[in-house]
Amino acid sequence: MANPMDQFEIKKIFDMPEILGKDISFTNASLWMVLAAIGVIIFFSLTAKGKLIPGRMQSLGEMSYEFIADMLKDTTGPEAMKFFPYVFALFFFILFANFFGMNPYAFTFTSHIAVTSAMAIFTIGLVIVAGIWKNGLKWFKIFAPSGLPFILYFILVPIEIISFIARPITLAVRLFANMTAGHVMLKLFATFIAFLVGSGGWMIFAAIGPIIGTVGIIALEFLVATLQAFVFAILTCVYLNDVYHVDH
Amino acid sequence: MEAEAAKFIGAGLAATALIGAGLGIGNIFGSYLSGALRNPSAAASQRTNLLLGFALCEATGLFGFVLAIIILNG
Repeated sequence: MANPMDQFEIKKIFDMPEILGKDISFTNASLWMVLAAIGVIIFFSLTAKGKLIPGRMQSLGEMSYEFIADMLKDTTGPEAMKFFPYVFALFFFILFANFFGMNPYAFTFTSHIAVTSAMAIFTIGLVIVAGIWKNGLKWFKIFAPSGLPFILYFILVPIEIISFIARPITLAVRLFANMTAGHVMLKLFATFIAFLVGSGGWMIFAAIGPIIGTVGIIALEFLVATLQAFVFAILTCVYLNDVYHVDH
Repeated sequence: MEAEAAKFIGAGLAATALIGAGLGIGNIFGSYLSGALRNPSAAASQRTNLLLGFALCEATGLFGFVLAIIILNG
């Protein structure tokens, strides 16, 4: 039986010379990242005709803008619109990455922990740097919310620090695990179809079961693809809330 | 017991974390539904929280799945 984990293997497309001992060849993951970025740019260049009464593509672009802007303003506050380009780029990059990965023979680069942890570490790094830039050392008061009896702080502060450290880890692993699990399930059901049809004879008619299952899982995977991009973006907004509202 | 057999048993045990995911997701959608049936006008405003809760719950279950894959593949 073909190993369903083989689809996540990284293959080199062009070989490039090593820089500082690290291999920077252009791989299938890099190719799909470039395609996702180009996809986002094309999508938004198509929506950029600025008529007063918007046509269809322009409405799509405006709805996307409003979606992210409302999300930022509701979760973090109006002054957080400085972070709008970052959250917007993050949401649409992950969305297009997940959607392109659903195509046959495509590669879902968000199913690699290296990619998702780079995004998560950058997000949390942004929160820490912006928090200290804006609030100075008072930013560390997020670990010690006010209004509690003094003795509780000895238990609360380590717990808050641990849960803060868990944020980049869970952010990265959530996207990675969802994408990997979804694609492994897809591959598995497709393998069932291949097995049943390959057995010949009467078993071919039993293949209708896995076919219905695969269609159901494809629908679920499209939902999960959208949802995971949304959750990554909204959790970024929630964590950015800590930059502006230090006293929770 | 050989390492190969122990890996399979370990992966199977780690995957039982998904029971929690199932319970949690059922819980959150059930609460949303019972709230929406009592107060239909407030249901739309909570849809964001519903999806957020679903994704966070699913994530915790999938951590177990990731551990199973790590155990299985070295």
